[in-house]
Amino acid sequence: MTNSIAEIEEADVIVITGTNTTENHPIIAQRIKRAVERRDARLVVADPRRIDLVEQANYWLRQKPGTDVAWLNGIMHWIIKNNLHDKEYIDERCEGFEELAREVESYTPEQVESITGIPASDLIAVAELIGKSDKTTFLYAMGITQHVTGTDAVKSVANLAMLTGNVGRRGTGVNPLRGQNNVQGACDMGALPSSLPGYASVADDSARRKIAAVWGVDSLPSKPGLTVTEMMPAILKGEIRALYVMGENPALSDANITHIEEALDKVDFLVVQDIFLTETAARADVVLPGASWAEKDGTFTNTERRAQRVRAAVQPLGSCYPDWRIIQRLFQLMGFSADYASPEQIFNEIRRVVPSYAGISYSRLEKGGIQWPCPDIDHPGTEFLHAEGFKRGKGLMTAIPYKPAAELTDDEYPMILTTGRIQYHYHTGTMTRRCPSLETLAPEATLEINPSDAERIGVSDGDMVKVSSRRGKISLRARVSGMVEKGVVFTTFHFSEAPVNRLTNDALDPVAKIPELKVCAVRVEKG
Amino acid sequence: MTTIIETKKKVQLEIDGKTVLAPEGATILEAARAVGVRIPTLCYHEALSPIGSCRVCVVEVEGVDRPATACNTQALDGMRVVTRSERLFNLRREVIRMILAHHPLNCSPCPKNGDCELQDIAYEYDLAPNDFGSYSIKTEEYPWKEFSTPILDYHPRRCVLCGRCVKVCKEIRGLGAITMAGPGALASIQPALADPESPSRCVSCGECMRVCPVNAIEERMGGGKGKPWETEKTATTCAYCGVGCSLELNVVNGKVVGVTTDDAAGVNKGRLCSKGRFGYAFIHSGERLGKPLMRNEKGELEETTWTKALTKVAREFRRTLAEHGPDSIAGLSSARCTNEENYLFQRFIRQAIGSNNVDHCARL
Repeated sequence: MTNSIAEIEEADVIVITGTNTTENHPIIAQRIKRAVERRDARLVVADPRRIDLVEQANYWLRQKPGTDVAWLNGIMHWIIKNNLHDKEYIDERCEGFEELAREVESYTPEQVESITGIPASDLIAVAELIGKSDKTTFLYAMGITQHVTGTDAVKSVANLAMLTGNVGRRGTGVNPLRGQNNVQGACDMGALPSSLPGYASVADDSARRKIAAVWGVDSLPSKPGLTVTEMMPAILKGEIRALYVMGENPALSDANITHIEEALDKVDFLVVQDIFLTETAARADVVLPGASWAEKDGTFTNTERRAQRVRAAVQPLGSCYPDWRIIQRLFQLMGFSADYASPEQIFNEIRRVVPSYAGISYSRLEKGGIQWPCPDIDHPGTEFLHAEGFKRGKGLMTAIPYKPAAELTDDEYPMILTTGRIQYHYHTGTMTRRCPSLETLAPEATLEINPSDAERIGVSDGDMVKVSSRRGKISLRARVSGMVEKGVVFTTFHFSEAPVNRLTNDALDPVAKIPELKVCAVRVEKG
Repeated sequence: MTTIIETKKKVQLEIDGKTVLAPEGATILEAARAVGVRIPTLCYHEALSPIGSCRVCVVEVEGVDRPATACNTQALDGMRVVTRSERLFNLRREVIRMILAHHPLNCSPCPKNGDCELQDIAYEYDLAPNDFGSYSIKTEEYPWKEFSTPILDYHPRRCVLCGRCVKVCKEIRGLGAITMAGPGALASIQPALADPESPSRCVSCGECMRVCPVNAIEERMGGGKGKPWETEKTATTCAYCGVGCSLELNVVNGKVVGVTTDDAAGVNKGRLCSKGRFGYAFIHSGERLGKPLMRNEKGELEETTWTKALTKVAREFRRTLAEHGPDSIAGLSSARCTNEENYLFQRFIRQAIGSNNVDHCARL
């Protein structure tokens, strides 16, 4: 997030898109509700599903799945056409405005309505609202990113935020809600194929040299590596021969898992480090038992860039070890020295390597979390980014044309399947499905289906249905609901009994390499 | 002594002889707390607007005949307030006596014993079971009613009808899934349904349980027994979504038995969702892996030692490196693990393997 969670309550307009916040980030959803109820903030929800926050919303834009760039361009079209953009801000802080303005010229409200299904009058009203308000905050999540055009949609949100001067001030911002406890931290730490710790490119010679010096090595590889979504095809092509998986379950979480299973079976050597024998671990050659979150010390960094302490409450179970100890031992067995006595020592090395963490220490974290960038020990941390200017100099506005989803419906697969989560479970359910309370609340997968589609297929609420795509089929119970529009069905990826990723499309966004988990063409039948 | 609370408009009043400058709109309770004067409370909760149901916080205001409840009486300019007197002591004692008359007094089997706001206040006001005999309006065989969620138990006999749970559901969660219904002292907390057929709005966050002063709302499938004085609390950060809520793992005899929060801590200020509050049983699941596994000649995974497992991993990595080069090995790190572990993992792949083939599930 460019801004902080607490600042959501300071915005005049809150735009949420591709985030079912009530289910996925309940504590943030409470803040949104409070802002609407107590401060009379205006709420705009752009989501194909009738999510809970629609009840609070002043405007609900129900776009067809995969058409985010089109409606965002449409909003910008109206704002520019009616001179509602922040010209001073753009002149001073941005570049690329002319190209953007030219690109969105053709996205008239009527044109956008024909692509997205959003009524032109609603689009205009929202454009006027954002254009005329002082502070708008944009919140988004995987609903706009898990598409072949995911990067385009994020850039479009950034375009709109810059166009209206909503970056670099309190109560505004481009705010992705990160889905996992430490996905922000994992990225900050360089668990990415093209970025070193602290986001310097692996191709950056001086950044590599600096880190190599701390690690005591002569050189580090400069060729960008493969993303998770590229690794599996590389295994099938024989390019990857050994895979080391720590705390992930691609056999259930990734798109088109039939393809993933083939890869996991084909790879010469698979080592999986986890706390349970997951679907992925069951295919491993060696399984290393890690300690759970309650059994180890360290830090997580949350969605607002706040590093916070994690503390061991109980001893590791059986002969488990915290993951850091296992990696350290492997380091030594590979002939390297990696002598850390504690997670704090590792953290102190991180402070030397990642400048934005330099001022964060375990002793400071005793008093509460600190938001990076925090360059030195006296720095209080940073609530919102880009206050003085953008890191690259001028904020780059990018002209982005709308492109349709990779897979469109046809006679054989006439419906769109979109996937997500519910609040009672987490990802592949490895942890939450072993908690009796949560399992009681949501014991099985259900397929949300619109009443008119249910009637056409001849199924009632609670009946079993078969869902098939070009890649596979699953069976689960129908939940007839107005949550989804006619022609769209929804389910979650928590349940191994109805693994929805047998169906999903592994087509990738060309830049971020994110799979299109939010759109695939399916057929739904009774049975 | 004059204590100043920083805001623009202020009122000046006197509490137990101390002069207080309180922000306009503050209650007597808030003004008193700001200068360190303690007024006992029961239904009042800092995170909620005043409820004013229990009358434990009564104080005397000069010139007003009847005692006023401090939690919901506004502090006014020139007010003179007394919080301690024999009359107030007796009044509060009578109020607490009436509440205790409806509440079971066999504290020893109650998990809240030792951390109970009612018990504390009964002790403070010298009330013992002898003071009201065995009188109880609620019978043992109180008709059991389903609460708003199957994962919480509601104990009507323990309930003191303070109304905190109803308030927190409405004010903090914005749901209003529960309500108080029934006559007088026989009232109870029930699901608030538009009609008997409509589904409950409850999302099982457990906020009602958090604010309950007497444990009338309890986790049905809790992690096990443990008295407050044998419970160790470890402050940590939730392991589920990216909000990063602060919570405390409650540990008894090396086992996590529950989750509590500190009302002042972190981004959540005491609030949690269902996963944060009830998603801890996996820690002690019988399905946890306790030993390394290695595939045997028959192709089955079987238990082995750390030395054998790690030696095998290192040998396979070295062999693959020698035969196919560093880019033939890839590693998937984890958004579930700590910063320290992610840092070390990528360092391992980049340094020990010599490849940038390292990623994690940010895209999923």
